Amino acid sequence: LPAAVLLKDTKLMDVKLGQLGSWLAMRDFTPSGILGGMRRGYNKYYNKYINVRKGGLGGISMLLAGYIVLSYMWSYSHV
Amino acid sequence: VLHTTRPLHTTQQSLAPVPPLPEKGGEVRHGVIPEEFFQFLYPKTGVTGPYMLGTGLLLYLLSKEIYVVNHETAAAACILSVIVYAIKKFGPNVAAFADKLNEEKMASALAMKNEAIETLQKAIDEEKKEQWRVEGRTYLFDAKRNNIAMLLETNYRERLLMVYNEVKKRLDYQVAMQTLKRQKEQEHMIQWVEKNVVQSITPQQQKESIAKCILDLKALSKSAHAAV
Repeated sequence: LPAAVLLKDTKLMDVKLGQLGSWLAMRDFTPSGILGGMRRGYNKYYNKYINVRKGGLGGISMLLAGYIVLSYMWSYSHV
Repeated sequence: VLHTTRPLHTTQQSLAPVPPLPEKGGEVRHGVIPEEFFQFLYPKTGVTGPYMLGTGLLLYLLSKEIYVVNHETAAAACILSVIVYAIKKFGPNVAAFADKLNEEKMASALAMKNEAIETLQKAIDEEKKEQWRVEGRTYLFDAKRNNIAMLLETNYRERLLMVYNEVKKRLDYQVAMQTLKRQKEQEHMIQWVEKNVVQSITPQQQKESIAKCILDLKALSKSAHAAV
């Protein structure tokens, strides 16, 4: 029997679908927690796609594509 | 309160040397979709899975008019085609240029590091030479000691000579005094004797001596006459 890991310590990819709601509820939603989450996300993306020796096109093009999609979704009512 | 018994730096963690950057970034397919998505769907749907998903999503968006086709669609299509063409044509050039910039930066940093190492090595060698030089200080002090001994000797001899000269001068003075005194005594005695003798010749004696001299002369002349 594997050692039981607390739900709040599991990563997102390991959470079962039924536990998703409780897992989300347990996350840190204080301002410092949100900032910490944003900082973590930024660092992960930056270190994976941009802070390398031979960075390719994908690093910025993914950001641009995401920006396009997001702005389309926000201005959908005008379309 | 400083805990002097607390050990410092027990872990190996340190900021240098910094681990090198990874060579290539995360793989991205078609420029917008990360490779992890394809790997995520591979076990269940194989290679064509994500493409099927993409086509189905696109058709759903178009048919349900969630994505409306309007003038912006045409503009987007033109712009995207131009962008893709430009990237395909000039991509490698830009990549080579960026690599060259990076190379230059690395080369200058390496050069600085090597220079620093060389300077430090030279400093080490200089230091060793200085240490070797210090070992020669015994010779230096011997030479200095010899110099001082010579100075002392010279000084002593000079003074010795001076003493000798002074003593000789004093002795010469004494000798000169004695000779002078004897000379003076002699002269004085001679003068005194002469004076007394001249005084003692009385007129009576003078006449007698003159008469005797005349008689002697006559006798001599007679003998001389006879000789001639």
